[in-house]
Amino acid sequence: MLEVSPEVEKKLDGVLQKHITDEGNIISLLQDMQEAFGYIPEKAVGWFSKKLDIPESRFYGVITFYSQFHTHPRGRNLITACCGTACHVKGSERLINSLRRELNIVEEEDTTDDRKFTVEKVACIGTCSMAPAVIINKKIYGNMTADKLMKMVKTLEGKKNED
Amino acid sequence: MKTEKNDIKIKVCMGPGGIATGGADVIKVFKDDLASANIKAKIGKGCSLHKVGCFGLCARDVLVDVIVGKNKTTYQYVKPDMVPRIVKEHLIENNPVSEWTVGDDYYSFYNKQIKVVLSEFSEVDPEDIDTYTAVGGYEATKKVLTKFTPEKTIAIIKKSGIRGRGGAGFPTGVKWEICRKVESDQKFIICNADEGDPGAFMDRAVIEGNPHSVIEGMIIGAYAIGATKGYVYVRAEYPLAVERLTIAIKQARGKNLLGENILGTKFNFDVRLKLGAGAFVCGEETALIASIEGQRGMPRAKPPFPVHSGLWGKPTVINNVETLANVPYIIRKGADWFSSFGTEKSKGTKVFALTGKVKNTGLIEVPMGILLREIIYDIGGGIEGGKAFKAVQTGGPSGGCIPAELVDINVDYESLAKVGSIVGSGGMVVLDDTDCMVSIAKFFLEFTQAESCGKCVPCRVGTKRLLEILDRITAGKGREGDIELLEDLGNDIKLSSLCGLGQTAPNPILSTIKYFRHEYEAHIKEQKCPAKVCKDLIEYGILEEFCKGCGACLRVCPSKAITGEKKKPHIISVDVCIKCGACFDVCKFKAVKKE
Amino acid sequence: MATLTIDGKTITVVEGTSVLDAARKLGISIPTLCHHPKLSPYGGCRMCIVEIKGIARPVTACTTPVSEGMEVSTSTPYLEKLRRTILELILSDHPNDCMVCEKAGDCVLQELAYFYGLRENRFAGERRIYAKRDGNPLIERDMEKCILCDKCVRVCDEVQRVRAIEIAYRGFKSKVCPPYERDLDCEFCGQCIRVCPTGALTGKKWALKGRQKDIKEVDTICPYCGCGCNLTLNIRKNEIVRVTSKEDTLNEGWLCSKGTFGYHFVNSPERLKNPLIRIAPKSSEFGVRSSELKEKLQTQNSKLKTQNSKLFREATWDEALDLAAKRFREIKEKHGHDSIGALASARCTNEENYLFQKFMRAVIGTNNVDHCARY
Repeated sequence: MLEVSPEVEKKLDGVLQKHITDEGNIISLLQDMQEAFGYIPEKAVGWFSKKLDIPESRFYGVITFYSQFHTHPRGRNLITACCGTACHVKGSERLINSLRRELNIVEEEDTTDDRKFTVEKVACIGTCSMAPAVIINKKIYGNMTADKLMKMVKTLEGKKNED
Repeated sequence: MKTEKNDIKIKVCMGPGGIATGGADVIKVFKDDLASANIKAKIGKGCSLHKVGCFGLCARDVLVDVIVGKNKTTYQYVKPDMVPRIVKEHLIENNPVSEWTVGDDYYSFYNKQIKVVLSEFSEVDPEDIDTYTAVGGYEATKKVLTKFTPEKTIAIIKKSGIRGRGGAGFPTGVKWEICRKVESDQKFIICNADEGDPGAFMDRAVIEGNPHSVIEGMIIGAYAIGATKGYVYVRAEYPLAVERLTIAIKQARGKNLLGENILGTKFNFDVRLKLGAGAFVCGEETALIASIEGQRGMPRAKPPFPVHSGLWGKPTVINNVETLANVPYIIRKGADWFSSFGTEKSKGTKVFALTGKVKNTGLIEVPMGILLREIIYDIGGGIEGGKAFKAVQTGGPSGGCIPAELVDINVDYESLAKVGSIVGSGGMVVLDDTDCMVSIAKFFLEFTQAESCGKCVPCRVGTKRLLEILDRITAGKGREGDIELLEDLGNDIKLSSLCGLGQTAPNPILSTIKYFRHEYEAHIKEQKCPAKVCKDLIEYGILEEFCKGCGACLRVCPSKAITGEKKKPHIISVDVCIKCGACFDVCKFKAVKKE
Repeated sequence: MATLTIDGKTITVVEGTSVLDAARKLGISIPTLCHHPKLSPYGGCRMCIVEIKGIARPVTACTTPVSEGMEVSTSTPYLEKLRRTILELILSDHPNDCMVCEKAGDCVLQELAYFYGLRENRFAGERRIYAKRDGNPLIERDMEKCILCDKCVRVCDEVQRVRAIEIAYRGFKSKVCPPYERDLDCEFCGQCIRVCPTGALTGKKWALKGRQKDIKEVDTICPYCGCGCNLTLNIRKNEIVRVTSKEDTLNEGWLCSKGTFGYHFVNSPERLKNPLIRIAPKSSEFGVRSSELKEKLQTQNSKLKTQNSKLFREATWDEALDLAAKRFREIKEKHGHDSIGALASARCTNEENYLFQKFMRAVIGTNNVDHCARY
């Protein structure tokens, strides 16, 4: 098993306790793990596999099945474009493409090299009436245009640079 | 005037649309302003500021109802900076800000609707159980638990004729009855809130707008079938729905509506939330069960059906959100009342998410059997921007497209099935003449292909092949015989797939071929996209006579394909152009052409 | 019991029997790829679809339980067309390299493609391309040939209880792999190879050792432990090239890692074929031998052989047994019968172990008998 540091172990233990007291299953366990770490570290899976005597392969099968789970750290800013039907007919594809171009995100990737931004698609978020919709850091913005989006992204970029 | 002022209510739409457009900020400014204007002091406790669920007409969010006494004024497109003026002129000077209020067309949106599930949306604060009980909430629970036997409850639901609102349309009462008759030490009821259709948000709105109606439906269902445990399987992508459900469950437990010896009877029942993790296929019953059990959401073959062997092998009823939300109303108002709406075989009302190219987009509830025309023209207000109505896509990726010439059909399970589409969960996306039907079909196939679980061959490989064929057609590389190949493979996939996802995945293709075969032919034979959507089949150019040389297009062009001096007609270099369409959108003079 | 008719033939079977099993009892063959009689039904390949009167769409025979009065058709033009399409789809995502495939001639997919006469493929398109990267010496995993029938996953979970592999990802990208797509790290029982219907999982030990049709089968019992699993030695040119086991045996066709892969000692040049009698006294130099790694041994092999010849001489069985008996008697007379103890082996059969303890008690005269597994 891969080594984990004491701080990480403490975090993992917290998740484990919740899992045990809360009649959890693998999926809710992974959801808690992702909540704690921002993604699902391979080491953490190994740790739980040993603690709970559940083969790692089960975890891996579940992680890769559900699109919510991420095996790698994500960008500090999360931009999610809704790609439901309504958003699609109102041009969500174009929004994503121009954003990816602007941020220089290469094909097959969804996060910028500096881990500032992650751009991804999501199946309908249920705000079809204000399509196209984009979620920027958990806040939903409707009736999005490429221009508006770029401006918002630029302000995010500026903010982060000041830190 | 004073007495009227004592009864001021302000209701701010906090449905998905309202929240996204800043409903929370509007509420905050209202609170601050009312406080600083000292209105609270003047009017005492009469003033209440409500968060309410979806008003329906999301296109005009944020919608705010200001009720002074018996006079209701509705404001549309409210922004926080508009609030001070509303407070000042309307509430202090008693002079509504007429330029911001809704017009007659706002009311026409509601006229043809009949609201059952959505009926109490503007009364109920979804985070406060007392506002639900104030309008008769949980009376049905009381009635059922104290006066009815489970069999009687099932009989009422059967008599009402309600059918599953999740898509398949199986009679709810019959499902309950089968499960009731199975003997088992443990049974479950599951509320399927894994609404994943792109273009549908009914379930989300119902949960966010009136979560208690869903919980009440579950309690009644559990009592009827004999379940003691229930689960709500809800998409994690709906954080607000999760939050409101969590609150609602807690409040219901607090009032002994969930837990042990409910309302002093011997009936025990509790509900837990399970969050989906992002897989559309988990809307399928058996996959949903696998997911609650913590496994990969792979469907399994039926029989055995979940009513016989479901969650952890125990008899399980799975009902959709809207179905369950109807249940309390059926019990409260009677089966006859419910079945007075709708057609012979499709009873009651149905909530649709009306979106796409209509003027009024939003959540609507209509009696089954309403004419499609009424939905699009009367409720939807017709097509946006004066374009021509082309088709309606219903039922999402499992459904099909209904062409404009069939606009006079009735919207119910049977009629839609007859024309090759489905009611489905209730997504209704209106398309106009700028939408390419091949591309729409491709969009849905991309979706189902990405969401296929991969268990069975026809869906795993078949949808991939369908998509590849569509890809080449939209790229102008379609071959003679491709349409027939799509039809043939599509039909085989429908017949041989394991679950509903695969069995319906070809529908968007088959129905668009059925009604828009000429569009497919144009793509293949002439390499033309009639709606000018397919990138590889169009070219952008500049109409010299309209171009003012303003440079707007030049600035937005991401690939620097546009050149030209100021105030002189610009030129698009076809070789460099990536056909993103940015110039077309930005040009105010309609000088960019697509062909 | 339920009585049903399949293709016009009537049969009565126990309730809960699948339509597939009922049909097989009648001698009606229905093609399958993901079904295995000892594993839970899966219903993924869809090849076993049948028509049942009263049910609108075809259902899979492997997952559908029989019911009273059922009328089943297993082979109608309509079903055959669907099966053909399904096969065509599978083959559209499968390498077309039967001529060099280890599994050729013994491959269910190849067999079905032959019977359905699939030469052209209407659906040629993107194929999954995977790099082979397994470093293990026993199991070859060519995932491009995998048809995702899930049999290997189920056998690993349901029979072996290891669950070293799982289907990861979903849809077209689905892939059977160990966690995090690491190299396979398991018991290497080889059950997965046994159930794989295609060339996706094969044994590295018998690669390029000959096609199944050239194999002569010899049934025997596994020499490794007392379980006594039935083995079928696959022999070509008087060499064991592979070991399999038949399903109608007490071990139901399942074998462990040793039974499956541990047959190379038979043809090992190091194998002792005659008794040896020591001619020089013991030296500690050779005490390490058993713990030496195999590679090291190989380099030392010739050296050892010459040394062996200085230490031992070949003898006949009579001579060797006489010597052993003589020494036993000497020890017994000098030190008493309880000065001798003996350990039996798990690799012996019950009969052999019985004889062994009988020999110790009745002939040597001691109860000092034990078993190697306790030490």
